[in-house]
Amino acid sequence: MNNKLFSVIFSLAVAIALVGPLFAAGGGTALQHANVNVRDTAAVQRGAKLFVNYCLSCHSASYMRYNRLAEDLGLDEELVMDNLVFADVKIGETMDIAMRPADAEAWLGKVPPDLSLISRSRGADWLYTYMLTFYQDESGGWNNLALPNASMPHVFWQLQGIQKPVYATHDGMEVVDRLTLGKPGLQSPEEYEGTVRDLVTFLDYLGEPAKVKRKNVGVWVLLFLALFALIAYALKAEYWRDVH
Amino acid sequence: MAKPASTLARSADAFMGWIDKRLPVTAFWNATMTGYLAPKNFNFWYYMGSLALFVLVIQVLSGIFLTMHYKPSAEEAFASVEYIMRDVEWGWFIRYLHSTGASFFFIVVYLHMFRSLLYGSHRAPRELVWVFGMLIYLALMAEAFMGYVLPWGQMSYWGAQVIINLFGAIPTIGEPLTEWIRGDFFLSDATLNRFFALHVIALPLAIFGLVLMHLVALRENGSNNPDGIEIKENKDENGIPVDGVPFHPYYTIKDIFGVAMFLLVFTFVLFFWPEAGGLFLEHDNFVPANPLVTPEHIKPVWYFTPYYAILKAVPDKLMGVILMGLSVVILFFLPWLDRSPVKSIRYKGLWYKIMVFTFAIAFIRLGMLGMAEGTPAQTIEMRVWTLVYFAFFILLYFISPGAKTKPLPERLTH
Repeated sequence: MNNKLFSVIFSLAVAIALVGPLFAAGGGTALQHANVNVRDTAAVQRGAKLFVNYCLSCHSASYMRYNRLAEDLGLDEELVMDNLVFADVKIGETMDIAMRPADAEAWLGKVPPDLSLISRSRGADWLYTYMLTFYQDESGGWNNLALPNASMPHVFWQLQGIQKPVYATHDGMEVVDRLTLGKPGLQSPEEYEGTVRDLVTFLDYLGEPAKVKRKNVGVWVLLFLALFALIAYALKAEYWRDVH
Repeated sequence: MAKPASTLARSADAFMGWIDKRLPVTAFWNATMTGYLAPKNFNFWYYMGSLALFVLVIQVLSGIFLTMHYKPSAEEAFASVEYIMRDVEWGWFIRYLHSTGASFFFIVVYLHMFRSLLYGSHRAPRELVWVFGMLIYLALMAEAFMGYVLPWGQMSYWGAQVIINLFGAIPTIGEPLTEWIRGDFFLSDATLNRFFALHVIALPLAIFGLVLMHLVALRENGSNNPDGIEIKENKDENGIPVDGVPFHPYYTIKDIFGVAMFLLVFTFVLFFWPEAGGLFLEHDNFVPANPLVTPEHIKPVWYFTPYYAILKAVPDKLMGVILMGLSVVILFFLPWLDRSPVKSIRYKGLWYKIMVFTFAIAFIRLGMLGMAEGTPAQTIEMRVWTLVYFAFFILLYFISPGAKTKPLPERLTH
């Protein structure tokens, strides 16, 4: 076997080994695609508004500063102070909450996690699915398909309405097959999906505020390196001419 | 006749003369760069050595800047990393340089080592080059492991917990040994602090020393090449190997092109895919370390997973630890396990091609299985590939001396 042919077969086989079946489908419900675009500043702004209104009383975002928010969202610092800051804090402070962890544990049973990095640990699709799959079970309490027995109540229930489970039997186990809208909310299902997408877009931004800048810089770095590689190749070819 | 030198050139010569009388700069440069002849037929695989050195420099430089902002305490470590990611100017870039660099270090080093398997670079008289290289690899593994603990996320904590507890499998001294490593009865602030010290001072110093020895040993006999024949055996009337070219400028210039191509791939990942889908930066590590909550699925970073799979393949913990250790230690003996009269895969015949190829698949597949959840079917597959992994070395020892080889060329082939 010659070396070229061997290299080709080798690469192919490695590629096949790499895509070989490996990961069983994860537990829980199938994730829906969030399709967030963190460059959509208007969506991030709407999401920020939702975040401070619905999330920021129980959840903190302790690594995020309000003035960074203003800068990245293209907002006036005064505008941010008036519209997004409800706590008695200065613009340079982080998005903390007044509730102490010990109190939270006593009142809610569990300390609500800080959401600064939730998009990086859970992923946008999971967050999107989570916020869409709250339902009211037989106990009358809230449950969730993405996080069964979640301790968080459905804070958007007035917007989404109340979903009810439809059960089916799989392998002798009764499982939730799908959810139906038992009682409509203020928003249509399409509008509600948009609302959740806005929130998740904000959480995606919150997880890595530098993301947009990172990609913008990256384009220029790659362009520079492509040019540099071309020149480096020409130089190498020139030097090696007398060897070949 | 050379043109009369300008005043500037004459001053420069005088200056170098002054230096050389006191410090042999020119002599060193001549001996190791311009006067060092390397085979002229290096291919893709031969970029990896200079790239490994390049990544080492990236890691040291980015590491210095991270150290300026990072806080090595269990209370503050996680928050200080986020401080770097958000509040430090270009901090995200420095951090991604370091985290992406760590994974690329292993990619480059694995390709560098595989090159040795292909062309027999570890064979006599270069055994010590290989042994020092393996020592670098060991130091690098320790360096990477301790570095991964520093962000103090859930995977930092629980990954370290699992790895340190492996030492607990050793009879009698196991338990005290794990306490000695941690400096506490459990993984704590004391552990983080000492890992920081080892990560930023002790291990980098060791790596630098070992790299120096690796290069000195390499310069002694010169590089091997894809044909696995010695260029020093074919000299012209002046005693200069006919198939050698001066390392500088030929390979320095060529390696600049290699660095450019490497950087294209490296920066693409850094700027557009820094988590690499959870391979380079694991999702669970964006959750602060919590000693009370065990993550659902603990696994080491991808570059350790082949060995982790070998560990998991064995039902008995102590035997698993021994086998895992053996899987790394056996690599040290590679120069003496391969007893073929020729070095390069090009002249070894089909048997070696099949063996190296199967070994590479086993290593990659073990790496993938090591990060999987560990279903019974996967455990069986891990056992099969573990056998294949070790069979490579055993078969190599017995097959290589007698196997048919192809005739070696007189000169390097292009």
